[in-house]
Amino acid sequence: MKIDHSHAHPISMYLKTFFALLVLMVLTVVMAFVHVGPEGNSVLNNLIAMAIAVTKAVLVVLFFMHVKFSTQLTKFWAILGFLWFLLMFIMFADYTTRPREYIRGWEPAAEDPNAPAALPQPPAR
Amino acid sequence: MSMKTEALQAAHGAEEQPLHHQFEELPQQNESYVVGMWVFLVTEIMFFGGMFLAYVLYRWRYSEAWFEAHTKLDIPLGTTNTVVLLTSSLTMALAVHFAQLRNKRLQLAMLGATIGLACVFLVIKAFEWSAKFQHGLVPGPNFTWEGLVPAPQAQLFYSLYFGMTGLHALHVIIGIVVIGVLALLTALDHPLVKNDFIPTELVGLYWHFVDIVGIFLFPLFYLIPK
Repeated sequence: MKIDHSHAHPISMYLKTFFALLVLMVLTVVMAFVHVGPEGNSVLNNLIAMAIAVTKAVLVVLFFMHVKFSTQLTKFWAILGFLWFLLMFIMFADYTTRPREYIRGWEPAAEDPNAPAALPQPPAR
Repeated sequence: MSMKTEALQAAHGAEEQPLHHQFEELPQQNESYVVGMWVFLVTEIMFFGGMFLAYVLYRWRYSEAWFEAHTKLDIPLGTTNTVVLLTSSLTMALAVHFAQLRNKRLQLAMLGATIGLACVFLVIKAFEWSAKFQHGLVPGPNFTWEGLVPAPQAQLFYSLYFGMTGLHALHVIIGIVVIGVLALLTALDHPLVKNDFIPTELVGLYWHFVDIVGIFLFPLFYLIPK
């Protein structure tokens, strides 16, 4: 598909994108101070913050970076980079499926009932 | 090229965008340039990606330390810097817009505004960092921590804070240099950029990428929910 790159977009498109980015930025600041979900659990707040950040990034990629109007090959590369970023988190499988070994001096506090036994300390010299 | 663009160019007496000898036609040339820049940006995502992975891993493990350590960061300054960065992205996008319209005066004005905002960003960042130096929050032998969470965990937070915002600031500095060179070449009507908006578009892609990294760093460091 041939796309005429020299075709300029209306300035209003950039201003609308910018305005949406500012609104989302205010929203993310507000949502950092409004607790959502069960007490003592910040998972929902974190998900909201990341969802807003991803939305902002998508707006920048689509309109400021012109990916919405670009060729298929450009879209392929743009998607590939962010897809790789998500795939990288597969590494967490390693951390979540093995027992945790604490570094000396980094053990959780003794009063923590879920804390595993501390590693044996080497004899003092 | 569309009829409309041809008519527009004829009306302005503008010349054709130069076609370099290794390309068949302009759309192919433009696509090659843009895809090449995106390939570079993919390597940049990988570059920053490792640090984001380290951040997520340690925040997951030491979430209490992360919350407590982050309260020492300045949210108003961080928010101001995010607005400055978003605005610089807008001026960069407008610089590309005016390059497409072959309006050199406004293109240079927008490139200048982008450089100015980038400098404001760095100045604010410098104020933030110098406050951290004064409060002994810089990782190293002088790190001082009087909180409920262990000092090594707080130090880990500040290591990632300085590492990631430092790498981001380095990209802003490189951006200032690159935009400056582009503005200079444009002002001199250098053959590399004359009648061709693609160099501006490519610099814009880089700058928007720096903006995207900032978009993620802001909530991750300044806005940690309890």
